[in-house]
Amino acid sequence: MSDKLKILAIILAAWLLAAVSAAPGLAGETGPLPDPSGARTGGTADVFGASPGAPTDKEFQELSPAEPLASKLADLIGHNRVAINMVWTLVCGFLVMFMQLGFAMAETGFTRAKNAGHTMAMNFMVYCIGMLGYWICGFALQMGGVGGAASLGGGAVLDSEFVISLFGKDFGLFGTRGFFLSGATYDTVVFTIFLFQMVFMDTTATIPTGSMAERWTFKSFVFYGFFISMLVYPLYANWIWGGGWLSQLGGNFGLGHGTVDFAGSSVVHMTGGVAALVGAAILGPRLGKYKADGTPNAIPGHNLPMAVSGCFVLAFGWFGFNAGSTLAGGDLRIGVIATNTMLASGAGAFSSMLYMWAVYGKPDISMSANGLLAALVAITAPCAFVNSVSAVIIGLVAGLLLCQSVLFVERRLKVDDPLGAISVHGVCGAWGMIALGLFADGSYGDGWNGVEGPVRGLFYGDFGQFLAQASGVVANAVFVGLAMYVFFRILDRIVPLRVSQEIEVEGLDQSEVAVVAYPDFSIKRVQI
Amino acid sequence: MKKIEAVIKPFKLEQLKDALAVEGIAGMTVSEVRGFGRQKGHKELYRGAEYVVDFLAKIKVEVVVDDGLAERAVETIVRAARTGQIGDGKIFVLPVDEVVRIRTGERGPEAI
Repeated sequence: MSDKLKILAIILAAWLLAAVSAAPGLAGETGPLPDPSGARTGGTADVFGASPGAPTDKEFQELSPAEPLASKLADLIGHNRVAINMVWTLVCGFLVMFMQLGFAMAETGFTRAKNAGHTMAMNFMVYCIGMLGYWICGFALQMGGVGGAASLGGGAVLDSEFVISLFGKDFGLFGTRGFFLSGATYDTVVFTIFLFQMVFMDTTATIPTGSMAERWTFKSFVFYGFFISMLVYPLYANWIWGGGWLSQLGGNFGLGHGTVDFAGSSVVHMTGGVAALVGAAILGPRLGKYKADGTPNAIPGHNLPMAVSGCFVLAFGWFGFNAGSTLAGGDLRIGVIATNTMLASGAGAFSSMLYMWAVYGKPDISMSANGLLAALVAITAPCAFVNSVSAVIIGLVAGLLLCQSVLFVERRLKVDDPLGAISVHGVCGAWGMIALGLFADGSYGDGWNGVEGPVRGLFYGDFGQFLAQASGVVANAVFVGLAMYVFFRILDRIVPLRVSQEIEVEGLDQSEVAVVAYPDFSIKRVQI
Repeated sequence: MKKIEAVIKPFKLEQLKDALAVEGIAGMTVSEVRGFGRQKGHKELYRGAEYVVDFLAKIKVEVVVDDGLAERAVETIVRAARTGQIGDGKIFVLPVDEVVRIRTGERGPEAI
């Protein structure tokens, strides 16, 4: 089947999917009205119960006839409350988009100069391709049934979730509203949620480009970009954030608040890390990575300043990643969230540095930078639910776990991971989920996933929460692992995943992306 | 006329240039090369993986001198480039058939 036909087939399938699910929505909408201009979003209703001392709906009905000015002001106050939250969500979303630069710089800096154009190209295009795939159907599958965001005063049009019933319980699997962001989902709140969720999805999509760098064909990468954004990421994300079955483990089976993942240790990072592991394992190691007896060779990156700068950019963007996940600037837990995020990152970099210093005699800056990221990944799930001591502990452990994992993956599993993406995102993403199940201290999260009371972990008395976290980790590993394995195996038959040996030795830039990154410099190394 | 090729440690280049200038040898060609003799390479560490750097960075200095100057030039180079540590390098002396100055067309020892 020729390439053009394949692409047409994918587009046709997407259209059919959209048509099938959009049809009910088009035929006589009786649900909530969408608000594309934003003029009708945010008003008096957003004042009720917005703070402990705010008027309730009932109080408003009783008191407003006697206080006409106050009731008019209530409309503006409600609007402003929603405005603060929407601005916060969007700006944090922009910060997360900026992390794409961080990934691009980190990956390119840690890989060789002869492949720099190709590495940058993957990181650049994954942003665009992922976004389109997500717009086509990914967002709809993930958030189609989430039911809107109270903090943003709207989005209730997202009211359709595909549910199966087992043992008398409902298991939400995927949403069915919002394909192509069309019809009733042409709404400013839905668009805001889309933007915010899209940049998280793209963070996942860019992770495997790190583990599969320096030998992945650009053509097969394009297919991957669509697949992960349209199907794999959205399904698990629906189960955690879209009202799906993992989030309902609390309501359905009494396991704490169900699987909780505040900003995406599993939804974003573990998904990316597992996909990275599967992809790198199937692709095989770079030429010259392993000696005949299996011991690994070092293949140093070509631009350490770029790599470390990229890690700084990621750390900066992470403030948006974690603190923005409140979807509310008015939720003042953001101070704690941001600070926990920051503390964990410093602790992780520090413990990684100490580990390498102690075991190998020198403080390896590349591992320290990885440790910073690993800790950020690990704090992503629990950041809203823990105190600063726990945050530092989580970060310290992540840094050590990272070092161990990088060596394990390289030496025991013999999977070549140029950046340690599998360890940073996969392993430490799982640690972040477990850490929430241990350290959540009950100071936040009342009513999370529809379960009364704040979120607590094992150390604060809730074993069920720990089980729910473990369930999420297992579900992620199994689902993402299987889905990506099947996908890559099939894709390899149609569009080979790996470049030829000649191209790999020469460098991927010219043949894969038509432009050499450093034409002015002789980048041929004498070794490897 | 003789061509003297000296493979030396990179940080010795400035000292060598100045020492040759004192002897009246003001022209040279310099290239960045990699190599090893009996020094072999050294081990480095990257993310816990050892790797041997076999080909060490060196500088190759090429000067062409009149026959009478050759021995003095060699001694000067040895004095300037020696550290006493392994890896100091080597000097090769080769005969030269002809030397031409491109700008004027001069040939022979005048062209050096």
